[in-house]
Amino acid sequence: MDLSEINPVLLIASLMVAATPLLLAAIGELVVEKAGVLNLGVEGMMIIGAICGFAITVETGSTFVGFLAAALGGAVLSLLFVLLTQVALANQVASGLALTLFGLGLSALMGQSYVGVKPPDTPELNIPGLSDLPVVGPILFSHDLVLYFGIALIAAVWAVLKFTRVGLILRAVGENHDAAHALGYKVIRIRVLAIMFGGACAGLGGAYISLVRVPQWTEGMTAGIGWIALALVVFASWKPWRVLLGAYLFGGITVLQLNLQAAGVAIPVEYLAMSPYIITILVLVILSADKSSAPASLGRIFHASH
Amino acid sequence: MIVLEKRPQPSQAWSLATPLVAVLATMFFGGLLFAALGKNPVEAIMTIFWEPLFGEFSFYYRPQLLVKGAPLVLIAIGLSLGFKAGIWNIGAEGQYIMGAIVGAGVGLAFYPLEAWYIFPLMVIGGALGGWAWAMIPAFLKVRFGTNEILVSLMLVYVAEQMLASVSLGLLKNPEGFGFPGSRNFQSYASAYNADLIEGSGMHWGVVAAFIAVIFAYVLLNRHMLGFHIRLTGEAPRAARFAGVNPARLILFCLGLSGALAGLAGLFEVSGPSGQVSIDFNVGYGFTAIIVAFLGRLHPVGILLAGSLMALTYIGGEIAQSEMGLPAAAIQVFQGMLLFFLLAFDLLTNYRLRLALKEVA
Amino acid sequence: MTTPLLSLQGLTKAYPGVVANDTVSFDIGAGEVHALLGENGAGKSTLVKMIYGLVKPDSGTMLLRGQPYAPPEPRAARADGIAMVFQHFSLFDALDVAENVALGMENPPAMGDLASRIRDVSETYGLPLDPYRRVGDLSAGERQRVEIIRCLLQDPKLLIMDEPTSVLTPQEVDILFQTLQKLSSEGTSILYISHKLEEIRTLCDHATILRLGKNVGECIPAETSAREMAELMVGETLQTPERAGRDFGAVALDISGLSVPSPSEFGTALKNLHLTVRKGEVLGIGGVAGNGQDELLGVLSGEISTDAEAVKLAGEPIGREGPTARRRMGLLTAPEERLGHAAAPDMSLTENALLTGSVREKLEKRGFLKWAETQGFAEKIIKAFDVRTPGPDNAARSLSGGNLQKFVIGREVLQNPDVLVVNQPTWGVDAAAAAAIRQAILDLAAGGAAVVCISQDLDELMEISDSFAALNEGRLSAPRPTTELSVDEIGLMMGGAHGIEVAHV
Repeated sequence: MDLSEINPVLLIASLMVAATPLLLAAIGELVVEKAGVLNLGVEGMMIIGAICGFAITVETGSTFVGFLAAALGGAVLSLLFVLLTQVALANQVASGLALTLFGLGLSALMGQSYVGVKPPDTPELNIPGLSDLPVVGPILFSHDLVLYFGIALIAAVWAVLKFTRVGLILRAVGENHDAAHALGYKVIRIRVLAIMFGGACAGLGGAYISLVRVPQWTEGMTAGIGWIALALVVFASWKPWRVLLGAYLFGGITVLQLNLQAAGVAIPVEYLAMSPYIITILVLVILSADKSSAPASLGRIFHASH
Repeated sequence: MIVLEKRPQPSQAWSLATPLVAVLATMFFGGLLFAALGKNPVEAIMTIFWEPLFGEFSFYYRPQLLVKGAPLVLIAIGLSLGFKAGIWNIGAEGQYIMGAIVGAGVGLAFYPLEAWYIFPLMVIGGALGGWAWAMIPAFLKVRFGTNEILVSLMLVYVAEQMLASVSLGLLKNPEGFGFPGSRNFQSYASAYNADLIEGSGMHWGVVAAFIAVIFAYVLLNRHMLGFHIRLTGEAPRAARFAGVNPARLILFCLGLSGALAGLAGLFEVSGPSGQVSIDFNVGYGFTAIIVAFLGRLHPVGILLAGSLMALTYIGGEIAQSEMGLPAAAIQVFQGMLLFFLLAFDLLTNYRLRLALKEVA
Repeated sequence: MTTPLLSLQGLTKAYPGVVANDTVSFDIGAGEVHALLGENGAGKSTLVKMIYGLVKPDSGTMLLRGQPYAPPEPRAARADGIAMVFQHFSLFDALDVAENVALGMENPPAMGDLASRIRDVSETYGLPLDPYRRVGDLSAGERQRVEIIRCLLQDPKLLIMDEPTSVLTPQEVDILFQTLQKLSSEGTSILYISHKLEEIRTLCDHATILRLGKNVGECIPAETSAREMAELMVGETLQTPERAGRDFGAVALDISGLSVPSPSEFGTALKNLHLTVRKGEVLGIGGVAGNGQDELLGVLSGEISTDAEAVKLAGEPIGREGPTARRRMGLLTAPEERLGHAAAPDMSLTENALLTGSVREKLEKRGFLKWAETQGFAEKIIKAFDVRTPGPDNAARSLSGGNLQKFVIGREVLQNPDVLVVNQPTWGVDAAAAAAIRQAILDLAAGGAAVVCISQDLDELMEISDSFAALNEGRLSAPRPTTELSVDEIGLMMGGAHGIEVAHV
């Protein structure tokens, strides 16, 4: 084993890449949960995004169009969740599971002819001078644009929730949907939009896995990242910047674990591979004492009776 | 404009009818899906639903129904108790794997001894393995309030890694020429879960599934604990008021569903599958979630739903080999079923009413 | 005569199975304080929801300053100068006062400006409020101020108030009335909904009385006796409960030095509580909602565990016992929230009878249920308490509030408790059912049981209780015989624990 093979600069750069799918999916789910809806279908929306993004990129040759398609795919799938929970008033836990099971199947079906295909590269930022700087260059200035978009999205969600009227209304709907309804806000409409936003974000996150992180298509390739994203929202206590922190933490663990595997550490591969999941559980345990910041209407069904 | 109107009480008729309507809707939209894939929809649906039961080779497929249906029913019965109480164990796949590993490990530890008590010990081991794995989310929920959905699911991925680890290491067949996977139980009589009647598909897992159905039925309809499970799901505060200890209920529901999933894993690995290998699990733990809901969380319903789902598995395999229908199409088909069920469930609690546009 | 501010003409709204409003017409003049009087279920809420744009009438018209008025949504109503303070507050606990106010406004100013305007207006009208406090941490009275200020910031022409005094102490009611009179003198009309006759006589210029969805009469409250209004409202003469003279026996329930934190985030902790109830005695516990009533019930029902010695039943320490053990020992309770706490909404009445009746009525044997006996018990409750339902197979949620409450109270009373604790036994219940429930409580006490009645309805407590104590911010005043008390003293007990607190320090 040779730990000196692990280059800290590359480690940080690659942890940012590993964290991005998680970050995108989690910030989307954060908005959904802030609106009072628990969508457990993140994994399903991610994998649909992964295949949509992959297939469209391969067909059109444009990663931009591909990512767009991934966001669209995730949002369209989330409409099924909308139909179940906002129209048919079904249980949100069961509906989220249905979405995941359905998404996994559908993506496998859609992706049959794309197994083993190599997608075009995603363009990366290249600022002459800055990108070539030692240490700072690879970490800050040499990534693909989606990664920067993800960070910008965190900032945007934070600002919208904190400073704008739209954000205030969204939080109000998640806190007390009956009161929001009594004041004349369109609870269902706001939630539908939030769910679709969450779907689009999950879709982007999925496409990031199949187009940048891996990059190829295999069945079930999201491998639980959608579920970790759900845990991350709890970890972040529904605060956007803590999503960023959490995503980088998990990204770091994943990358470190892979590096240790590559370096041939004397721990069996399987135990390294299960570490992100175990650490997720541990983090959940530590943080589950504090539930005070959870939106009060989270997961409750809204039906305007009179 | 159509408006929803809450019924004064849940409709019994719709409660029974929704699964049927969901199956019909799934057949219709599944047919559209198959047509979109360039297959003849009527033929595909017939192949899936008719062929295994009454087709030319049904003598071969019928026993398979029991083999596939038993683990689904066994797991779904356990899950349904928790779901009724609002305790969401969605990591049955992991408990299934751990039950198989522990149960098989017990059997292999005795190899090559032949004795009558080996298989019963394996059964106990399987149940304990699944139980212990489910007690992790249960304990964490009771002690720290950790979300059991996420923990039980994370543990599926951990269990899969464990399975890979033991297939390649601890339980690897020393005479297996380096291939991953354990010894085959078929050649170890004391540990083999054989058909009770040759060629019937009726192994001990099927017996266990039937017992579980009866047990769950009595529990839910005739026993205080079952009443408390239902009460907790319907109105948690009322349950607390009635004297239910939520922690004990969580431990019971998760523990039992884990034990049943572990049993299913053991019966599978020691019988139809035959050995512990990296991919012996085929997602029964997840499909059982669909079965539990499709059966309306009712023991008899689950029995029927498990049979139906087994049918789609086998019919799907036939359609795969005869018509070239992709395996994933069947997965989508099963997902659709859950989807439609949840959607039509609306009609149990709500009435659709045509409202005339507002009078000015 | 001048054009009224708002004129309702033949408003009708039907829901399946019930006509909530049947051709209701009346006018509200500018600057008038207009009372809308009626029992629970008379259709008051539906009517104001139509004015506020939350519900659309099936037929009939409204005229605002002589112009047709049909708000498609509350936003439009607010734009036309109509504001509403809700009975069940439409507030968001986790948000601060300014955010809550902003949510109720069409075009709120920037948060900083809004905060200073909140301060200005709240001081002008004698309703002090800090704009940056979290609403969940406010008292019921303060929460109502948030709602009122939210309305006032929009310069309403018509302010609708739905049962505003149900959460206030008598002193807070006085402050509110001063505010409303000031508003009215400035030209704002007020539509004041209540079923409390005396306060309507004090405050309102004109009253419209609703019964079963119909306008059954109008009057000038100051010139009409409370009895006349009550008869219009109820439509029949009511029986007041009979109470026989009682002898009190030994101490049945004893709480001493009880302090527990609240299980919920915005709940109230109980602080150093003492009380004793003797056999045959009815102890009334008054106080504004949210001052520890739910917690006190939880402590007595066994849902909240305490020190064993803190709660004693006939001398036995029971603080650590769960609900089932307490039932076995003879302590029964009926929580305030009928649907979801005292009863499971989707379960049948038979199953709900089992919910608390299993131990004392012997409805189980070694865990196995006796459904036939259980159904018999449910039928017995239905019969004894005149619960209007087709039968015990019907779901709890299919019953009206009053009928379900009769079922819930009846379920406990028929189990012959030694001690019965009820929280808000007649809240949201029609007058006839309320009278029946009060009578049942009195009969139980006459039979030798000790009763603790937690209620916000002071009239009710004066009517049935032998002694009275008040809960304020989790502290309980020392119980005093009811006959010695005046309303002012009660008000001080309810709101005056602050003074006592200072004395302690």
